[in-house]
This record gives sequence, structure tokens and C-alpha cells, in this order.
Amino acid sequence: MTAATETSVTTQVYRVYIKATPKAIWDAITKPEWSERYGYGGRVEYDLRPGGHYRAFASEDMKRARAEMGGSPTPDVIVDGEVIECDPPRRLVQTWRMLMDVGTEAEGFTRLTYEIDEIRPGVSKLTLTHELEGASRLAMFLAGAMESMGAGGGWAEVLSDLKTLLETGESFHSA
Amino acid sequence: MTDDDRVFKALADPTRRLLLDRLFERDGRTLTELESGLEMTRFGVMKHLRVLEEADLVVTRRSGREKLHFLNPVPIRLIHDRWIDKYRERQVSALADLKHELEKEDTA
Repeated sequence: MTAATETSVTTQVYRVYIKATPKAIWDAITKPEWSERYGYGGRVEYDLRPGGHYRAFASEDMKRARAEMGGSPTPDVIVDGEVIECDPPRRLVQTWRMLMDVGTEAEGFTRLTYEIDEIRPGVSKLTLTHELEGASRLAMFLAGAMESMGAGGGWAEVLSDLKTLLETGESFHSA
Repeated sequence: MTDDDRVFKALADPTRRLLLDRLFERDGRTLTELESGLEMTRFGVMKHLRVLEEADLVVTRRSGREKLHFLNPVPIRLIHDRWIDKYRERQVSALADLKHELEKEDTA
């Protein structure tokens, strides 16, 4: 990896309004039975207390797709991290490291914050702030810059899909 | 106005698209940085930023004494998912392509 010498602001901020309670959004983020139904579709494992671990696992679809390309096997755990702050269902701060790619793994842990505010009954504002100092490669993935190559649309796609799932009961991308 | 209307209206102006392009190049900028080089008053730029904020295309955060502007791509993504993907066949296996691309880069 090239050394990350850039000092520019490397935070990404995403916001979406969802017709759902903060509790429903919190569950969708932190519970495996929900995490499998949108975005990249992997199961998550959260130990929801400061210092507790976080892991996201590769879905079977993901493993199959990568195996079809005939390369090295997909790791079981594709993202790991640690819970820093946990205030359900309003605020979750954690570290986040992507393990699917040696480049992003070498960039190490980044800091991710979810904030959920109920703006009126049954409508919530979800703001995701990802601090990506020294993680320029990961930042490209998460911004969807590699989507045309099939790497997925990053956080924007995940949050759009989450909104669709919670509002319609069906994920846009689960065919 | 619906959310989609606000986004389309915000995107219908070339100055606002230019502001979004600037944030796309480098995110988290102050008003002063965003207005530099634009043939427009500070007040004019603020008005455009407000329209972008109302459409949620721009989200602001305080950092010390500064107010930083961030590009929020989710509303555009929602339009993409609702209106554009619908008319296009889903591409196969995203991750197969990802792996292919990563390996290509490693050998480059």
C-alpha cells in the first residue's frame, strides 16, 4: 500500500429518512435476522457494550460468487470491529475494518457512528458518519466508486436498501 | 413537495450541480471554500446550499467553529433504485466482478 499522507477531510456522511421507529432501525442494524435481508446480505454479530466485538460475515451468495471466479476463498468474517458507545436505539459508535481485501485490511480500523432520531412519530432520521482517516481505499469502496466494476454501491446502496426493506417489508435487491 | 421533487428541483440548477461536484471531489468543505472561484455572492451560494440541504443532498456538521458541508448521495441513490434500476436488468453477481477487479489491480 502507498502511504496515506493526505490530510484532507476524509469523513463520509450519509443521511436517510425512514418511516420506521428508532427501535426498528436499531434492530435492522444490529440483529442478524435483519442484516441478512438488505445491503450485502451478511449476518452481523454485535456484543452491544463498550469494548464488545462486532463481526459481519460473508453471505453464502457472496462466497459462491467469489468462488465462481476461482480465486482464494472468501473469509468468513468480512468486517470486524469493536463497540465504542452504545445507546439503544439512538446512537452506536464502533470501529470498522474491512477484511475482504488485503488493501483495506492493511488500512486498519476506521470509526463509524450511527445516529437515529425520531423526527415525528414513526418517522426517523438515520445519519451514518464514517471517519476514514488513512483509509482511502476503503473510502472508495464505501462511496460506491467501484460500483461499475461490480463492487456494490457502498453505504448509499445499503441505506437505500434498508429504507426499502423497513418501509415495504421487502428488500429492493433480494430478488 | 415530495422528497423526489425536492431532489429533482435541487439538481435542476447548474450552480447546485457544480457545488455537488465540488463536494464529490473533496468532501467536508466550508462555505468559504465552496464559494471560491464562483462568480456569485456569498449570499447566493448560501441560498443554493440551503436548497441542497432541504433536499438532503448536503448534510452539514460542525467541527469546532467551522460548519462543514458533506455530500449525501443517498437521495440520488433512492431515485436510482426506484426509477432507473427498474428499467434495466439487474447485473449478475456483483462480487465476482469485485474479485476480478481487485486481482487486476494487484498485478498492475
